[in-house]
Amino acid sequence: MISLQDVDKVYRTERIETVALQGINLDIAAGEHIAVMGPSGCGKSTLLNLIGLLDRPSNGRLLLEGQPINGAGDRRLASLRNEKLGFIFQSFHLIPDLTVLDNVEIPLLYRRLSGKQRRKLALAALDRVGLASRVHHFPTQLSGGQQQRVAIARAIVGQPSIVLADEPTGNLDSGMGEEVMDILHALNRDDKTTIVMVTHDERFARRTDRIVRLFDGRQVA
Amino acid sequence: MRSYFKIALKVLRRRKFFTFISLFGISMTLVVLMVATAVLDNFLSPRAPESRFDRVLCVYKIGQYGPHDSETGEPGFAFLDASMRALPGIERAAIFSNPRSTAIYQGNARIETTIKKTDGEYWPLLDFRFVEGRPFTKQQDHSGAFVAIIDDAMRGKLFGNEPALGKSFELEGQRFRVMGVVPRVSMTRIAAWSEVWVPIGATTTSVTRHSLIGGFNGLVLARSRSDFSRLKREFATRVRQFPIDDPRTFTEIRAGLDTPFEAMARELTRNREGDRAAAIAAIVFAVMAVLFMTLPALNLVTLNLSRILERSSEIGVRKAFGASRPALVSQFILENVILTLIGGVIGFALAAAALAAITSSGLIPYTRFDVNPRIFAWGMAIAAFFGLFSGVYPAWRMSRLDPVVALRGGSQ
Repeated sequence: MISLQDVDKVYRTERIETVALQGINLDIAAGEHIAVMGPSGCGKSTLLNLIGLLDRPSNGRLLLEGQPINGAGDRRLASLRNEKLGFIFQSFHLIPDLTVLDNVEIPLLYRRLSGKQRRKLALAALDRVGLASRVHHFPTQLSGGQQQRVAIARAIVGQPSIVLADEPTGNLDSGMGEEVMDILHALNRDDKTTIVMVTHDERFARRTDRIVRLFDGRQVA
Repeated sequence: MRSYFKIALKVLRRRKFFTFISLFGISMTLVVLMVATAVLDNFLSPRAPESRFDRVLCVYKIGQYGPHDSETGEPGFAFLDASMRALPGIERAAIFSNPRSTAIYQGNARIETTIKKTDGEYWPLLDFRFVEGRPFTKQQDHSGAFVAIIDDAMRGKLFGNEPALGKSFELEGQRFRVMGVVPRVSMTRIAAWSEVWVPIGATTTSVTRHSLIGGFNGLVLARSRSDFSRLKREFATRVRQFPIDDPRTFTEIRAGLDTPFEAMARELTRNREGDRAAAIAAIVFAVMAVLFMTLPALNLVTLNLSRILERSSEIGVRKAFGASRPALVSQFILENVILTLIGGVIGFALAAAALAAITSSGLIPYTRFDVNPRIFAWGMAIAAFFGLFSGVYPAWRMSRLDPVVALRGGSQ
């Protein structure tokens, strides 16, 4: 499903060269649920950004469903992100000016769908995360846990094969964190969605199939 | 589209100060441009008593040129009579003088006024509405009859509220009998405007009649606009054949049969050929308009760029979920065009108020400046151009934001 081969990521400025990732070799199978762990600054989010096609590796190859991605242009990357990937962020990143329903519709705006079709899919996604009664609320009217559930609905509304979650429970108390993990777990179990999740929490990591550990930009487990 | 529209309005509502500054800049710019357009429209669009001017060609300027000397001015009667009046296939042609200030003596009163000398064809070519009497005829012009048409304001000054028909007044040593009264005419109607109209034959000496350059103007009413190029060619041939007064000094006569816009352009470009002059004038007007819009547009660009930082999270999210650069550019330009079109509507309302104020101030006598669908269309076109002009660069910058950086909440 996802394959990283000898991947490095180096950030260069005029004076400093920072190695964020070095020699990463990682294969993630379809339907796998993995956790990426490591101390702050070890490259977890960078790895997730590379897998999510939000960033490009400095060296090495990245393959998605067997297809090399390295040379892909903006349009192809945008299309792949839209069709294959769903993102969940630690700080939710909901657009405050839009209602819950409009936020969830965002990935569908970049597909050839009618407004009616978009609405139907968005309502189904919200129903799945238990927020069907909050569709006309604005993000600021919801609790942190509810906002993260909206973000999950947005991530899954386009039925992506891979969901990338960057510390999805990081801003939530443990009860809400458990709720979010339950949803992700159900998504993986029922839909066979591949989930790559960055977390600091061992409890949540243990609920996944495999833990990838990073230290100073290197894969240590 | 609905989502973009919704978010555009929400952003405008959320950032009230930004919206106010942007709309103020846009609407004020558009007020000035729309007022200028309305004034230009008032000068150039066909409207009574120049309703047929979409089919009219004018001769307002002539010049003779030599290697060392040149002379320009309004055409003389003889030139117009010989070169223009008998053009083949026209509906009619008319000659009239420039309006000239003079005084009318009525009893012990001296009344300052403006007179225009016209031939008999002038009246059926234009479409004055007569509130009293009728126009003088070609025969009355030829016979030098001392008759006059006055406007209703002059009637009030001369005869109070009494009917003026058949009454007389003294003008430049002659007594003129009033044949007709017309409503006052706007000064922006160059061919029509005056306060008193008298026959050319009543006041013009034979010497004045025979000069090449000499304070007259000519109008040709074509059967249709499709005849314009043929008539222009024919007129050019006649101009080339017209005898030069002083061949030792001058070698060429230059005059053209111009549309009203070309005639104005010829005046502004010192008697360049009408079509070239029109092109130059059109470019100059467009450049002036663009330059005038540049400063507020740059201001808007700066304001828009500052918005990028505020909305970087949204840009990051949209990119993460599949927005391509062109999609983001379209979204942001659409938002900017919505903003400028709102500014356009406000600007249009303010321009209408400004034009009403100019009209009521009497700055240009008897002229009613108004807004009409044509001005509105121009205003909206200018607003849309303004929106594109000021939106493209920020949109391009916004679309190139690195999604990772954007999601972290910063710009590159």
